Amino acid sequence: MSLDHVAVRHIARLARLAVAEDQLESLRSDLERVLHLFDDLAAANVDHLAPLAHPHDQSLGLRDDVVGEGDRSEELLALAPSSQGGYFLVPKVIE
Amino acid sequence: MSAASITALAADLAAGRTTAVHLAGQALQRAEAQRALNSFIRLDADAALAAAQAVDAERAAGRDLHLLAGIPFAHKDIFCTKGITTTCGSRMLQHFVPPYDAQVVESLARAGAVSIGKTNMDEFAMGSSNENSAYGAVTNPWGSAHVPGGSSGGSAAAVAAGIVPFATGTDTGGSIRQPAAFCGITGLKPTYGRVSRYGMIAYASSLDCAGVLARSAADCARVFDQIAGFDARDATSVDRPADPTADALEQPLAGLRIGVAREYFGGGVQDGVAARTHAALRELEKQGAVLVDITLPSAHHAIAAYYVIAPAEASSNLARYDGVRYGHRSTDARSLDELYSRSRAEGFGSEVQRRILVGTYALSAGYYDAYYLRAQKVRRLIANDFLGAFESVDLIAGPTAPTTAFRLGERSGDALAMYAADVNTVAVNLAGLPAISVPAGFAQDGLPVGLQLIATAFAESRLLNAAHQLQRVTDWHLQEPAA
Repeated sequence: MSLDHVAVRHIARLARLAVAEDQLESLRSDLERVLHLFDDLAAANVDHLAPLAHPHDQSLGLRDDVVGEGDRSEELLALAPSSQGGYFLVPKVIE
Repeated sequence: MSAASITALAADLAAGRTTAVHLAGQALQRAEAQRALNSFIRLDADAALAAAQAVDAERAAGRDLHLLAGIPFAHKDIFCTKGITTTCGSRMLQHFVPPYDAQVVESLARAGAVSIGKTNMDEFAMGSSNENSAYGAVTNPWGSAHVPGGSSGGSAAAVAAGIVPFATGTDTGGSIRQPAAFCGITGLKPTYGRVSRYGMIAYASSLDCAGVLARSAADCARVFDQIAGFDARDATSVDRPADPTADALEQPLAGLRIGVAREYFGGGVQDGVAARTHAALRELEKQGAVLVDITLPSAHHAIAAYYVIAPAEASSNLARYDGVRYGHRSTDARSLDELYSRSRAEGFGSEVQRRILVGTYALSAGYYDAYYLRAQKVRRLIANDFLGAFESVDLIAGPTAPTTAFRLGERSGDALAMYAADVNTVAVNLAGLPAISVPAGFAQDGLPVGLQLIATAFAESRLLNAAHQLQRVTDWHLQEPAA
């Protein structure tokens, strides 16, 4: 598996991580090394095996559809770096 | 500096020979005296002394108290503590003050155990050396040039240094067992789903487990019995009763079949580590356990499967850190998109960013089948290996880590060398099994070696029983580093 700068930029964009131009090459070679580790997966014989997503193959438990927690919006908004009038504030999205 | 066991301290408390306030003060003093270890991200002296006073008052009033009441300990800084900053070792959460307690925090507080602070860790539990902390590396009490292991490195160092008799930890790929081995203490990773993950900051949700690090298996049992159990607030919590493990500690080992996995003694395992592991197994054999050579043929695929699945889940879990709702926010973003990407680039350290990128790649269009889906099939293969082996043995054994604690800086520049430290631990998480690391003496370099025992799902009592019986006849777990 080989990666180029275009691919690294694309992944970083999907992950919403800002990457400076001068980090691109070291990040690329770094990721390429880690991805080589995964070549090993191709060698495993997994024909007819179902993927295992959860250790006990259990389905999630269901609970009654009742309100378990009250309104904590003020408490939670207080954690936000910026909020006003019950809303999270972000930079202007629409010009 | 004597490091008494939980049961000894509890007996002293019950008999009035000491008080919770005295024990908390002593733990805080020891933590201050050992600042150089950097095992704590924060100490909470006022809260600890207030909690200790409350326990002493209850005891004075003649109340029936839990065995852990008044015992000082520390929480890994991955557990949310209401009103107390919880950083997860990250700059991202430097100022994060959770509005609620994790289940593990709640249950230990309910028992009256006294938390003196939050321990250092690899950022978001991603690391095997504790060098990936935004709050500095932790050093190993057995040698200041060496790492304590990770990611629960602060918890392991604090226990090994005799600051606290136990500490909480989490284990996604070995993060309790490997630091326990490197620091010469006992570390229990429970069955997946046995301890609630509610309020435990997520790394890889199908692998993450809360557990305990202490000097002895008997101490681990006391703590585990308090934190284990069903919790409806964690959707993956297992709804079945948790039998007390402390009751099973004294069972004789006669006839216990222990599978010695050939693959766990493979190429990267140091001779001294293999020799100590065999020596510990011989002690178990002397007590009537039967050693059986077994093979786990897919074990060598575990690292690759783990380092696809864990980063994939991490890339999804850590998407929540967006600079909007909580956590670090970049101050020089001009658009919403820049706010996300700059806040994340500034808030996350390099290993966390690397795993997010790897995970994003493994889940992205065109690669999902070759990486993520295939890794999940390999996960099945590895789980089936264990199922097969457990048809003929009760426990599986091997060295916890292939080497003793490596030197600070020795592997921090090489991700693959760092990942290799997890070669014997990650498969257990992929299969969701319980496992324990038990001190097995010291290699020629004077550093501790850990024996790993693995059991079938929910058989923690069997693990703790075997580990306790080993510790009844050996004193490796009682050795203390020079202060």
